[in-house]
Amino acid sequence: MGETNMDMIKITIDNKVVEVAKGTTILKAAKDNNINIPTLCYFELAGMDIVNKPGSCRICVVEVEGRRNLAPACITECTPDMVIKTNTTRVLNARRTVLELLLSDHPSDCLVCPKSGDCELQNLAIRFGIREINYVGEQSTYKQDDSPSIHRDMNKCIMCRRCEMMCNEFQTVGALSAINRGFTAVVSPAFEEDLTLTSCTFCGQCVAVCPVGALSEINHTGKVLRALNDPTKTVVVQTAPAVRVAIGEEFGMAPGTIATGQMATALRKLGFDYVFDTDWSADLTIMEEGTELLNRLKKFLAGDKDVKIPLMTSCCPAWVNFFEHNFPDMLDIPSTAKSPQQMFGAMAKSYFAEKKNIKREDMVVVSVMPCLAKKYECSRDEFKVNGNPDVDYSITTRELASLIKLANIDFAALPESKFDDPLGESTGAGVIFGTTGGVIEAAVRTAYEIHTGKKCPKIDFEELRGLEGIRSATIDFDGLPINIGIAHGLKNARKLLEEIREGKSKFHAIEIMACPGGCIDGGGQPRHHGNSEIIKARWNAIYEADKNLPIRKSHENPSIIQLYKEYLGEPCGEKSHHLLHTHYFNKHNVFEVDLNKK
Amino acid sequence: MANYKYHILICGGTGCRASKSGEIVQNFKNILKQENLDNEIQVITTGCFGFCEKGPIVKILPDNTFYTQVKPEDCEEIVKEHFIKGRKVTRLLYTDPEKKEHVSDSKHMNFYKKQMRIALRNCGFINPENIDEYIARDGYAALAKVLEQNDPQATIDIIKKSGLRGRGGGGFPTGLKWEIASKNPADQKYIICNADEGDPGAFMDRSILEGDPHSIIEAMTIGGFCIGATKGLVYIRAEYPLAIQRLQIAIEQAREYGLLGKDLLGSGFDFDLELRYGAGAFVCGEETALIHSMEGQRGEPTFKPPFPAQEGYLKKPSNVNNVETFANIPVIINKGWEWFSSIGTEKSKGTKVFALAGQINNVGLIEVPMGITLREVIFEIGGGIKNGKKFKAVQTGGPSGGCLTEEFLDTPIDYDNLIAAGSMMGSGGMIVMDETSCMPAVARFYLDFTCEESCGKCSPCRVGNKRLCELLDKITSGKGTMEDLENIKNLSQVIKDTALCGLGQTSPNPVLSTISHFWDEYVAHVVDKKCPAGQCKALKQYIIDPEKCKGCTACARNCPVGAIKGTVKNPHEINQELCIKCGTCQAKCKFGAISVQ
Repeated sequence: MGETNMDMIKITIDNKVVEVAKGTTILKAAKDNNINIPTLCYFELAGMDIVNKPGSCRICVVEVEGRRNLAPACITECTPDMVIKTNTTRVLNARRTVLELLLSDHPSDCLVCPKSGDCELQNLAIRFGIREINYVGEQSTYKQDDSPSIHRDMNKCIMCRRCEMMCNEFQTVGALSAINRGFTAVVSPAFEEDLTLTSCTFCGQCVAVCPVGALSEINHTGKVLRALNDPTKTVVVQTAPAVRVAIGEEFGMAPGTIATGQMATALRKLGFDYVFDTDWSADLTIMEEGTELLNRLKKFLAGDKDVKIPLMTSCCPAWVNFFEHNFPDMLDIPSTAKSPQQMFGAMAKSYFAEKKNIKREDMVVVSVMPCLAKKYECSRDEFKVNGNPDVDYSITTRELASLIKLANIDFAALPESKFDDPLGESTGAGVIFGTTGGVIEAAVRTAYEIHTGKKCPKIDFEELRGLEGIRSATIDFDGLPINIGIAHGLKNARKLLEEIREGKSKFHAIEIMACPGGCIDGGGQPRHHGNSEIIKARWNAIYEADKNLPIRKSHENPSIIQLYKEYLGEPCGEKSHHLLHTHYFNKHNVFEVDLNKK
Repeated sequence: MANYKYHILICGGTGCRASKSGEIVQNFKNILKQENLDNEIQVITTGCFGFCEKGPIVKILPDNTFYTQVKPEDCEEIVKEHFIKGRKVTRLLYTDPEKKEHVSDSKHMNFYKKQMRIALRNCGFINPENIDEYIARDGYAALAKVLEQNDPQATIDIIKKSGLRGRGGGGFPTGLKWEIASKNPADQKYIICNADEGDPGAFMDRSILEGDPHSIIEAMTIGGFCIGATKGLVYIRAEYPLAIQRLQIAIEQAREYGLLGKDLLGSGFDFDLELRYGAGAFVCGEETALIHSMEGQRGEPTFKPPFPAQEGYLKKPSNVNNVETFANIPVIINKGWEWFSSIGTEKSKGTKVFALAGQINNVGLIEVPMGITLREVIFEIGGGIKNGKKFKAVQTGGPSGGCLTEEFLDTPIDYDNLIAAGSMMGSGGMIVMDETSCMPAVARFYLDFTCEESCGKCSPCRVGNKRLCELLDKITSGKGTMEDLENIKNLSQVIKDTALCGLGQTSPNPVLSTISHFWDEYVAHVVDKKCPAGQCKALKQYIIDPEKCKGCTACARNCPVGAIKGTVKNPHEINQELCIKCGTCQAKCKFGAISVQ
């Protein structure tokens, strides 16, 4: 302080003279001075390269002296000596009128809306003290669209365009865009087709950022409750690594709280017969995928020209959908290993069911996932035996939280308990599957030791961690340098795939996750409403949970060793090939019409 | 060139062509050949004369005889009478609506007397498909001058000093716009012509492109040279096929003459033009939306800054000017900024083209010096109100403008005066309304247009205009309340205050201006449930005066819904519940017994 900085400018905001850096928006300048201007369409995940500021909702307008009309605070940059007023009658009336307009074209079914209580529009209505809507008239009506993962109720769309930004800019999927004009403008797949007919990957990031109830998950809690109440069924549950570091948020716990123990207790209280862990099958995935990587590498180093290098991970179902849709010529590049969710289902309904003498039809496998694409994944035909799916229902972290609330369980007060054996025993390597870089780090921990036959000199590979969109590192496998690439966000995945297609990729192995930060910010997680600190807290918690575990390498998991010994034989062996590996399909559905052709 | 004695100029604009002017051209050519006059009389297809309502127009030079509403079968008579016998065909001459007299030539027509044609200088004079005719009228001289001088800033200064402002509606100083674009360094810049004319009823840009396409090519090349752009793009509506065709021909000709392409006139400056077609969205006239549309994105505006001069087409510095603005450029350079700035008012220099329409005698395209009064335009050039009715209001600026009343008739027209009066220049639509126009209905009409044309991006425009339209519906159907009027006022103000782009910010103007000038008319709809202009169907009541009704039963027999009851020779009565207000009864009544209330 006291120094004069060329890059600082003086402005007056609500009669207070303050200094801000050049290029600061009015919104940010206000926030830094404890003035909270309301916003709606504006969305930013700081540090994640995700920004949506179309300046279109006009909720954040403020008065700027000398300006004819009101200025949107989210995109208007401060200029020297700008005089800003954020709460004059003119401003408050304008904001209120705009909000009333939005509400006038929005169903008033808040009580039964999936977003009730977590809705940014509802919050604004509360904040503005809306008691009546002065403007009424025709309401938009669009068809309801259900896909295996996502429910679209565009009657509730407020055209904030956040979903469009995620789908087009962050994921480069392009399933959603604004169509029509004027009052009938809405975000939709082209020609108002169903989402299932598009190249949607079901990553659910549109759902994660939707401020209202226009986009939500397909809810399977009812089906789970019915299964739990069916005495003829043995209901087995698996929980993904990212769930344990986020579910606490739903119950008022601080972001980043590791609630593994409470979650296991809650699941038992809900009536699940066996409470297992997807981390266990994550360890199994490492055994299979790691072995596959080493096999491919061996051939590659021996000069085999047909072997595909790099190997790409295949745990993320949105990523799988993405390359099936967009890179159908490269289906042999990703690992054939099933995802941990599906490996778990396959093992539960074979190995475990046989052990316990439960008929396949009598077992219901439920997965709790941070993800919406998992709902689609478990419905894929190749993951069914005679029509019976390996995983019956995949519910999100949010859905599990709602079940817990429904069952009168005081989550925060629950005692901790452990997962059941044998499909509940896991290692730190399984836990870090929940964030970007984790799968490949887990693979390195195991592949190093299998390849070299030596103990790996370290467990924590900091060089593989981080939240940058694309990362790379070279790991020394005792003299053999292995180049590793990591990407999260499908736009980044696209870049790496295009490099491979052009023959320019230097990597031996690549890990891809579709969501920002990986599963910790999956489409099924508690909503962060643009606060990236929450994601960082979850990220830290994942590595903390890893550190807390006594075993941190997948191949040292006793239950996994036991599984191979008594059931599977060896990784990538015949039985594993049958139960734990899959294949991919060409889903290219883009019409390529050359309009210039005559 | 043959030494022609006469020239027959036939309008080849879209309007006249639709009334068979093409056939007229052919007929003249055939007849002249038959009569062996084709070496003495030249037939030229020109651009628009502006007097579209009386088209097809045939003008004879050198005597300026101005034939209106000519039919293909009239050609023979014109040749035989006018050229062979030396007598004008009186029945085809323009008739003055006031004096009811034929006017022998265009110099004596009130429609042209007060006009000053700069942007339209070549429209109706030259064959737009012949570059030589353009060159003969000083075409490309300005470009040659600019390239020879080789000092972009000097040219920018000329445009700045001329006081030329954007003719597309914004009124931003053109020279300043060029200067800003010229100062942003980039490996590629673009100069863009906005030919996405979207105002209902406005057609000056189309007329210029159809009648004088080379003037736009020349001006864009000059602009490109000034800002440092080697590429020009014309964003033109696909609904303007003739303008597109003429522009394409002109571009080809200019390339052949070395006036487009590499090393123009040996200056080392490269410049070429491309066309981009719009699908006819009003909002794409907004420059950021226009640029997005050209890039293949959804045609919707984005927040400025960044301005196109910073980040425009393909994120490169771009300069967007409207057709009419460009049309002024070559003349300013040829005749000097001093000449241009001597025309007009203090802050609005030069002329403005208006599309004059509505309840007026002379409908058409006119170009007048800034500072002319609305009275001169409406009552002199426009020939006054049709059928002797009373003037009520004039809407300027299209759907973004406002309605001005009699008290503004003597206001000099310029950018700032129109805004001060609650309207705007816009792109130059001017619709005159007489006493039979219902102002709430007029406001509703414009709102309907903006609702249709809103891109739907920002909430106030997407939902607000829809609600405003619905409220006006309530008023015009007699269901409105005084509270609705208050809501209309507030909503209009908020939309103006909060909408993202010019379309939204100006969309409530027709409502606000009619509310302020015709408040009583709104109140009449609400409180008395009456439409003073008798236009709002829902508020009309057909009443049979029992004193005058002879009981002839004609009305009852003709009523399509059986709403009229009565017995022969006794007064009839209309059941208002059933009446659909079609007006048939009134038309059929021989005794004038049925009136509208």
